[in-house]
Amino acid sequence: MANLLNTEGPVQDTELTQVTLEEWKENRDSLSGQNLELTLESSETADLIGDDSASFQRISINFPKFADGRGYSAARLLRERFAYKGELRATGDVLIDQLYFMKRCGFDTFALRDDQIIEDAIAAFSTFTVNYQNDANDQQPLFRRRLS
Amino acid sequence: MYIYDQHDQQLLNERVAQFKNQMERYLAGKIPEEEFLPLRLQNGIYVQRYAPMLRVAVPYGQMNSAQMRALAKVARDYDKGYAHFSTRQNVQFNWPELEQCPQILADLAEVQMHAVQTSGNCIRNTTTDEYAGVIAEEIVDPRPYCEIIRQWSTFHPEFAYLPRKFKIAVNSVPNEDRAAITMHDIGLNIVKNDAGDIGYRVLVGGGLGRTPILGEEIRSFLAEDDLLTYLDAIIRVYNQFGRRDNKYKARIKILVKALGVDRMRELVEDEWNRIKDGEGKLTQAELERVKGHFTDPAYKALSNEPEAFVAARTENAAFARWLGRNVRSHKKDGYAVVTLTLKQIGTPPGDVTAEQMDQVAELSDEFSFGELRSTHQQNLVLPDVEQSQLFEVWQRAKAIGMATPTLGLLTDMICCPGGDFCALANAKSIPVAEDIQARFENLDYQHDLGEIDLNISGCMNACGHHHIGNIGVLGVDKKGEEFYQVSLGGNSGGNDAHGSSLGKILGPSFARVDMPDVIAKILDFFVAQRIDGETFLEVYRRIGHAPFKEAVYGKSA
Repeated sequence: MANLLNTEGPVQDTELTQVTLEEWKENRDSLSGQNLELTLESSETADLIGDDSASFQRISINFPKFADGRGYSAARLLRERFAYKGELRATGDVLIDQLYFMKRCGFDTFALRDDQIIEDAIAAFSTFTVNYQNDANDQQPLFRRRLS
Repeated sequence: MYIYDQHDQQLLNERVAQFKNQMERYLAGKIPEEEFLPLRLQNGIYVQRYAPMLRVAVPYGQMNSAQMRALAKVARDYDKGYAHFSTRQNVQFNWPELEQCPQILADLAEVQMHAVQTSGNCIRNTTTDEYAGVIAEEIVDPRPYCEIIRQWSTFHPEFAYLPRKFKIAVNSVPNEDRAAITMHDIGLNIVKNDAGDIGYRVLVGGGLGRTPILGEEIRSFLAEDDLLTYLDAIIRVYNQFGRRDNKYKARIKILVKALGVDRMRELVEDEWNRIKDGEGKLTQAELERVKGHFTDPAYKALSNEPEAFVAARTENAAFARWLGRNVRSHKKDGYAVVTLTLKQIGTPPGDVTAEQMDQVAELSDEFSFGELRSTHQQNLVLPDVEQSQLFEVWQRAKAIGMATPTLGLLTDMICCPGGDFCALANAKSIPVAEDIQARFENLDYQHDLGEIDLNISGCMNACGHHHIGNIGVLGVDKKGEEFYQVSLGGNSGGNDAHGSSLGKILGPSFARVDMPDVIAKILDFFVAQRIDGETFLEVYRRIGHAPFKEAVYGKSA
């Protein structure tokens, strides 16, 4: 079982009813109102769920390989375009050296691959203290905050 | 040039610390090879045939004398005393120890240099005209836009794991493409519209490599402050829909071909409409701030063609020849732009020793306000030299072997490191360049031939840009033996009448030993066909491919 983290440290998992995008599309009416987790594959874009994202307590985005970067776009779009406020979890090949960017793209829990060292992972969230770009947590890019 | 403020410096220092930590974890066995790979690549480290190679960024080819000295020090302290300037205006060290790379990066950070995103499947160094800011022809200085793109692309949280590498180039000279923008994933042509507003014509999907394709227009005019959101939109579409199943089909050019540029445009515009007025939109204040870093140095009020200079040119034919080839006009009266060629006979194109680098830094301090450029032709530039000092600069450059008057001529070749260094190469490229240099060393002959681009790549990754050489040479492997395929008619940039084109393969490949003879046949045929001083490309485009083929291989049966 993977180690579950937020940006502060290890957290306990909560049980939710998992549904895939396909299951949600087919059974939306009967599923609505339940405590749901949507599991998105890396090939599934955020636009496919869109405003329906508000129906989920948790959306988890799978990284089949750490080098597959599609999940970063999906996360940002869910947070920034569809204003998704629930838990956003990175699952799959989740490694220490990707955590900082995952956090910036709006993930707030991380199912770390089980060989990863938790102390190093927690430290990775504070790799940088300044960023050039706007992101899911900070709407302002550095240039809007810079003193000339 | 752009000088870091505390934010820029802090970010770079934190990057150095991050990579030091990653290297320690790797050496301690906590990160497996495959997972360390993208981390080292995004810090400029390739593992090559014999040793790691460290590629240091020279953002848009701009650097100062202190940075050049720091590079010389790296060459001396950590390498074998030399460095190599690449076709992407960057500088490469071929012999550092892997374990020492974090320390090298820490040393370089002190002079505001780095190796960030010089490799890997991310947004790479933005390139532009090596003469940016000092020539009269440009619409505006493109460097502030390149710096803005550099900052936006540095540690972009969403685009660190793209399907493949991603390159952006910026051109700002009308009716000319001085940055090969049609060969880039995104090409930005700075334009002025009828209302006099600055903006960009945006091309997408160009690239060399295995499938060379020229970029297509995705937007005819993008407003100046829409730059970053539009780049975000294009790359977001690419990140979501670019192919990830086959690395040879993963560049954005393949996506654009598959969708068609019209469908690509729909997707991008749709994405862009949703973010274009957000906080990511560039501000006038930021444009002004960055432009403020690229103001003119303290030019003197001088006149063109001072007397002593004219006299020296009249008296000294070798000086005059160097002026004619390696020196070009400057936007400011009394100044000139000097190219220091790194194409000495017997030295691989682009290679410089630590001593030469120190000397170049010296020249730059004495004669050019401490500024320097690196070029995609693998040369260096002193951008702001007083005409009255050109004779002295020539003598000093000659003394360090950087005044070969061959800029744009046959032996001003572009050449990748090839099989001598690179693990990807199918064949060696440097010995081919050396054989050709030796065969056609005669300067009078080269000047008679006129402008000709000869580009050599050691494999189809095309780091030597063979597709866009007037004569292109590609190393291929046939059952473990090295052969060379020749193509003709490629061209990068030029003006509209002689626009970009990709070379066409001449025929079956040749052994290395035959290459100088093959080039000689091509050149002899060109000279025989030439009318009124036409260039090689003009002759090729007038008479076509077939006669050249026949000249080299003989009449087909």
